[in-house]
Amino acid sequence: MAYKQYILVCGGTACESNQGIALFAALKKAVEENGLVNDVQVVRTGCLGFCEKGPIVKILPQDTFYVEVKPEDAEVIVKEHLVKGRVVSRLLYDKNQSKRNVGIEGIDFYQKQFRIVLRNCGVIDPDKIDEYIARDGYKALEKALFEMKPRDVIDEISKSGLRGRGGAGFPTGKKWEFAAVQPAGQKYMVCNADEGDPGAYMDRSTLEGDPHSILEAMTIAGYAIGADTGFIYIRAEYPLAIQRLETAIKQAREYGLLGKNILGSDFSFDIEIRLGAGAFVCGEETALLASIEGNRGMPSPRPPFPAVKGLWGRPTVINNVETLANIPVILLKGNLWFSKIGTASSKGTKVFALTGKINNSGLIEVPMGTTLREIIFDIGGGIRDGKAFKAAQTGGPSGGMIPPQFLDTPIDYENLSKIGSIMGSGGLIVMDEDDCIPDVTKFYLDFTVDESCGKCAPCRIGGRKLLNYLARICNGEGALEDIDQMLAISEAMSRASLCGLGQTASNPVQSSLRYFMDEYKEHIVDKKCRAGKCKNLLSYNINTEKCVGCTACARVCPVNAIAGERKQPHVIDAAKCIKCGQCFEVCKFNAVNRS
Amino acid sequence: MNTAEKPAAGLLKLTPELKAFIAEWKSKPGNLIMVLHRVQQNFGYIPREVAFEVADLLDIPLAKIYGVITFYNFFKLKKPGRNQIQVCMGTACYLKGGEDIIQELEGILGVGLNTVTPDGEFSVEAVRCVGCCGLAPVMVLNGEVFGKVKTEDLRGIIAKTKRG
Repeated sequence: MAYKQYILVCGGTACESNQGIALFAALKKAVEENGLVNDVQVVRTGCLGFCEKGPIVKILPQDTFYVEVKPEDAEVIVKEHLVKGRVVSRLLYDKNQSKRNVGIEGIDFYQKQFRIVLRNCGVIDPDKIDEYIARDGYKALEKALFEMKPRDVIDEISKSGLRGRGGAGFPTGKKWEFAAVQPAGQKYMVCNADEGDPGAYMDRSTLEGDPHSILEAMTIAGYAIGADTGFIYIRAEYPLAIQRLETAIKQAREYGLLGKNILGSDFSFDIEIRLGAGAFVCGEETALLASIEGNRGMPSPRPPFPAVKGLWGRPTVINNVETLANIPVILLKGNLWFSKIGTASSKGTKVFALTGKINNSGLIEVPMGTTLREIIFDIGGGIRDGKAFKAAQTGGPSGGMIPPQFLDTPIDYENLSKIGSIMGSGGLIVMDEDDCIPDVTKFYLDFTVDESCGKCAPCRIGGRKLLNYLARICNGEGALEDIDQMLAISEAMSRASLCGLGQTASNPVQSSLRYFMDEYKEHIVDKKCRAGKCKNLLSYNINTEKCVGCTACARVCPVNAIAGERKQPHVIDAAKCIKCGQCFEVCKFNAVNRS
Repeated sequence: MNTAEKPAAGLLKLTPELKAFIAEWKSKPGNLIMVLHRVQQNFGYIPREVAFEVADLLDIPLAKIYGVITFYNFFKLKKPGRNQIQVCMGTACYLKGGEDIIQELEGILGVGLNTVTPDGEFSVEAVRCVGCCGLAPVMVLNGEVFGKVKTEDLRGIIAKTKRG
């Protein structure tokens, strides 16, 4: 039965946790009450990306894009839009949009984006295999099984130039080839969905919005390397993604797309889910394998590489979620189509979780080679509250801070590494003038020290030493010699650590020292924190000329450090003050000075 | 294993469902983490006496089980509060004031991180990115996500949870 109209409701985590579930129910109810069940279908899709303005509702075929929709708006959407055909302009992104321009084409956030990985996110109902199939789903698998030899599949992927999206950018085709040339026998295909980078949720959204694309890609990879078993290693913190994968696996088995003799061919492949348990180091290949084997997730030296000796000693390919999501598209559209997108060394697109001090937080996909300026200012809508841009961090705790002078650098693997950062998995955190560079660096080090497995000394001891120096600097107890020590330790860690975690843990330190040395020196020499974050370096006092004696500060002070009569200027007792800043926030007359 | 260390009867025990789950997974390699997840789902944490039972049923040394539990952040050794609060300390939430949320909660509940209030009602923990960075700062209360939380909202949220 074909419907006349469709209401797509974003089922991404941000929208769902923002009353999106109630909204979905309210829309269904309103459609029923208005007698439209035969004409209108309400669909819960994957993430539409524009998390900042959620929950998002899209009406097809008109392509109307409604933002910040509340459950109580359901009635008016159905009565006005669906019944009378009148757009509800107060729910549009731009309330003054003309009637002809009500879709995403009027929204800057979606311009410059190009969707390969997220092609189905926000378009199909992730719980329905038929909707995936209707959009050419499993067609690439069929093509691989019946028109291509495993060798051809690997060639196609190699020629496309696809590189691993988990962070390091190793060529995917080459990885597959290493495993394929190993003697036949038990081999494994593993999907790394242990997205542990704080501030990143690309893989989560892909799995929640389009789970079948990952199953299809894993099956194709299994065919190419000669594996009959696949594991998806996914964070236990992502229950919705796990649930959608479980549903998808069950459906694929029912349709003969997983299991014995797939689509009647002589190729058999099945997939199991294995849960992670909150260890960042398990994103590292060898640690991930140890975890699937049921052990502590400690990395081991490479070589031997997993493609030669991996899970239970057998050849194993490990690909990240985003890498895999590209595979079916490459097989269907061909390597030439794919390799035309991007830069000379980095092909295709990259998904970023754009967050931090930015107007439009959300999930975006752009061609490789897009500049940071385009991402932050065109797509992201610039910095919040008109503040100044200070730095962007790619690669999370393993990446580096990118200062304003590189805003126009085209983003690809090589360029990012040249300027001291890494591509990483796709977290892109924007910092403004209110963020203190040594403080944010300390945050990252705190993370990596906590997550270090402790197996090798450079990471275990070096990370702790770096963190101590950073804590001293933020407390106003740092010395200039500390900087030399930090540089030496950073160098040792990146050269001598056993795995990727330790080798990259000092990147935030190295890059921030390289570009923001003046801020470190201010903390050490002038004992000042220009962002006002490092409490020990701050002092508060009241400007007696501006103070009108409203007593707001005295009432809010948690330690009673502010004294003064009503309508008389107040005074802060510096000895009692704990520098919490509440008086500064509450004063309506700008009478509290922070320096 | 030293049987003398086994806890006395009357303590928490594996339910028949959990035993069936373990039987189903016993022959699969790498089963331990999946079994521990299921145990924690049931009890809210991994009670010591249950860990003994798991060791017996899977035929794995207790030391290995504790090695795994203590390696991973997700597994808990202590019983959490009836209402569990997780405050996200991912980078986006950190930049947007996740620390202030924790401080305010500590003030309201009168306990520090990873401690249960004396009445057993609440426990607060700081967690890694929950993947809702667009909503930062984020906290999760009994599985429900609260986005763009403000410190002044917290008293109301806690009071409502107590009544409910």
